[in-house]
Amino acid sequence: MFESLQEKLEDALKRIRGQSKLTEDNVAEALTEVRRALLDADVNLGVTTDFINNVKEKSLGLEVKGSLLPGQLMIKLIHDELVALMGTERSELALAPQPPTIVMVAGLQGSGKTTFCAKLAYSLKKKGRQPLLVACDIYRPAAIDQLRMLGQQISLPVFSKDDAKPLEIAKDALTYARKYGRDVVIVDTAGRLTIDEEMMQEVADLKGAIKPQEIFFVCDAMTGQDAVNTAKAFNDRLELTGVVLTKLDGDTRGGAALSIRSVLGKPIKYVGVGEKIDQLEPFHPERIASRILGMGDVITLVEKAQSQIDEKEAERLEEKIRKNQFTFEDFLDQMKMIKKMGSLRDLIGMLPGMDKALRNVQLDDKAFSRVEAMILSMTIHERRNPRVLNGSRRRRVAGGSGTTVQDVNRLIKQFEDMQKMMKSMSSGHKGDIARLQQQAALKGKMRQRAFR
Amino acid sequence: MGLFDRFKKTITDLSEKLSFDRLTEGLAKTRDSFVSRLRKALFAGRKIDASLLAEIEEILISSDVGVATSEQIISRLKERVRQDKIEDADSIITILKDVIASMLAESPSSHNDRHFVIADDNKPLVILVIGVNGVGKTTTIGKLAYNYRQAGRSVIIGAADTFRAAANEQLEIWAQRAGVDIVQQKQGADPAAVVYDTLNAATARSTDVVIIDTAGRLHNKQGLMQELGKIGRVMKKVKPDAPDEVFLVLDATTGQNALQQAKEFTKVAPLTGIILTKLDGTAKGGAVLAIAASLNVSVRYIGVGEKIDDLQVFDPIAFVEALFEERTMVDV
Repeated sequence: MFESLQEKLEDALKRIRGQSKLTEDNVAEALTEVRRALLDADVNLGVTTDFINNVKEKSLGLEVKGSLLPGQLMIKLIHDELVALMGTERSELALAPQPPTIVMVAGLQGSGKTTFCAKLAYSLKKKGRQPLLVACDIYRPAAIDQLRMLGQQISLPVFSKDDAKPLEIAKDALTYARKYGRDVVIVDTAGRLTIDEEMMQEVADLKGAIKPQEIFFVCDAMTGQDAVNTAKAFNDRLELTGVVLTKLDGDTRGGAALSIRSVLGKPIKYVGVGEKIDQLEPFHPERIASRILGMGDVITLVEKAQSQIDEKEAERLEEKIRKNQFTFEDFLDQMKMIKKMGSLRDLIGMLPGMDKALRNVQLDDKAFSRVEAMILSMTIHERRNPRVLNGSRRRRVAGGSGTTVQDVNRLIKQFEDMQKMMKSMSSGHKGDIARLQQQAALKGKMRQRAFR
Repeated sequence: MGLFDRFKKTITDLSEKLSFDRLTEGLAKTRDSFVSRLRKALFAGRKIDASLLAEIEEILISSDVGVATSEQIISRLKERVRQDKIEDADSIITILKDVIASMLAESPSSHNDRHFVIADDNKPLVILVIGVNGVGKTTTIGKLAYNYRQAGRSVIIGAADTFRAAANEQLEIWAQRAGVDIVQQKQGADPAAVVYDTLNAATARSTDVVIIDTAGRLHNKQGLMQELGKIGRVMKKVKPDAPDEVFLVLDATTGQNALQQAKEFTKVAPLTGIILTKLDGTAKGGAVLAIAASLNVSVRYIGVGEKIDDLQVFDPIAFVEALFEERTMVDV
């Protein structure tokens, strides 16, 4: 996510990072690079110019305090400005006091409106709501079929009507929603160009008739300089309540996000991060600003882990580790949990500095599956008592999992090492652990000093 | 010149005129923001100096021409101004037009085939169409098939986007509109298998052209990119030198990421051409310059509207003419 912008800014700031003084010259030089990086990242020209001027002004009047290096100060400034550009708060979906809540989406062709509608419906369903999807794209061939199929996948009703205008479809959908107690109505509209007066009028009329609580502009994260103009044109007609950024799982630099947020002043409410139906996330401006500057996205990672790992499960595990009863079964559970959190690459990408280091490394999610297959090929008895795994049992496991005996040997060796490590950690080398904790705390402090 | 020839020439001229009009119309928004802003910058008595050049560079950048290409254009412009000792700012538009035209003329896009020629010993011509999600691959294929039909070629479309919901249905409607055959399987089927079937069907029916639609994929998704490699390998089982053409569809609204897309896709399926879609409507004609000038692949077609005949063979010279065309369009 945003990796190229992150990379470029890192390059530009390397020069300042090592220097002890901020002079007008070295600030200007770094800012030229930052400007280019932002433009290459499709940040709008006007937004870029304002941004650079802001940073320049603030950096020159700044006193260097305490142990902070001037370069760090500069990074903090750029970080703060980026956050300011993207808005400082994240906002939830506005719900109507009287259901149903109506959400309408609009945007250019191919921005990902239909997919977003289905993802939003699915995430609301998971929260216990009863959404209704409404297919108002009567123009693109098979658009209605697409929404219908997506609705089927997530077992949610899709309202559509043959030979009807969008206005009529939407009105009937509302009647349907009231009758059958659907509490959120998500209206998918056709993609349209802002210069197409007739189509813009149509969507404006639709808005006037159904009075949605939320009107989202769906924007492809890869959009270039024109993103701002397009968003503005939609905002002029529809008074948007928020923006949805799609296809952010690509390697786009995502400048459109910065531009739209700063010019429109509307929050970015959701980001689409994959083709699967559950790959929709709320937008966290703070985090993405940190990410751009190469500080990683540790908060997201921690939250992801928290939502997937059951607290009780964690306690049970800790107990086991302490008593040195960790078995292959627990190992398998652990792996399943990590897998639930997403792909290995996604996870590692969120760690500071790792994203760049691993950019060109092929991370193999399959290695995981192989280990899983080996463990699954063991009997319950073997999983609980790895010591019984003799040569002939190992051969059987290898055969059953489609691996070689060497692979099985390696797994068992790794597992034993892990057990040993756990044992040493739990059997009272308190000094080691305390030292580790101290180090971690120190690092945390340094980071806080540098960026808060 | 016989009567028939003269008649034919009139028709050709007329249709070229029509397609130029369509192009001019499609580029209206770009022209508005690009040329009109240039004109504004060049008020009477304005001197050619650094601030004017910086202003022109900014206009180029905000038209999505990209920093690198804009710098290239500006440096050529400077060179010309110095060489020809130009002082009058008014003539700078003409020079800029020249500079852009010559950059495009040097690009591979200047040798585009306009006649949909297929060698007899190379049938079926196999065209693989790829791109990221939502750029308009399926729509473009409908239009491309229509172009070949109009040129009198038989076409068969292979629906290898087996991932997206209702992709099959959408392509089927386009196939009907273009009046061509389509080979498809269920959603979720192996795309390579669909491709294999399509090529076999084309060979059996001795069809002239095979166009393969693929699922949209982001170019940083390893697994999906390898799937394209597999499609290429499977094609070769039926026709050893297939695919004959690999067209990457790019959305003109896309910013600088477009170049990244071209670089990554060509690694798994060496591109032979680019199709630039959605050129109408918003001010994004600049992307064409960036792509044509900085990639080693020619821009083959551009999409300038939503109708089935709105896919044009990209003609760099006509493009520059349309971009700088002075008349105002009443109906836009």
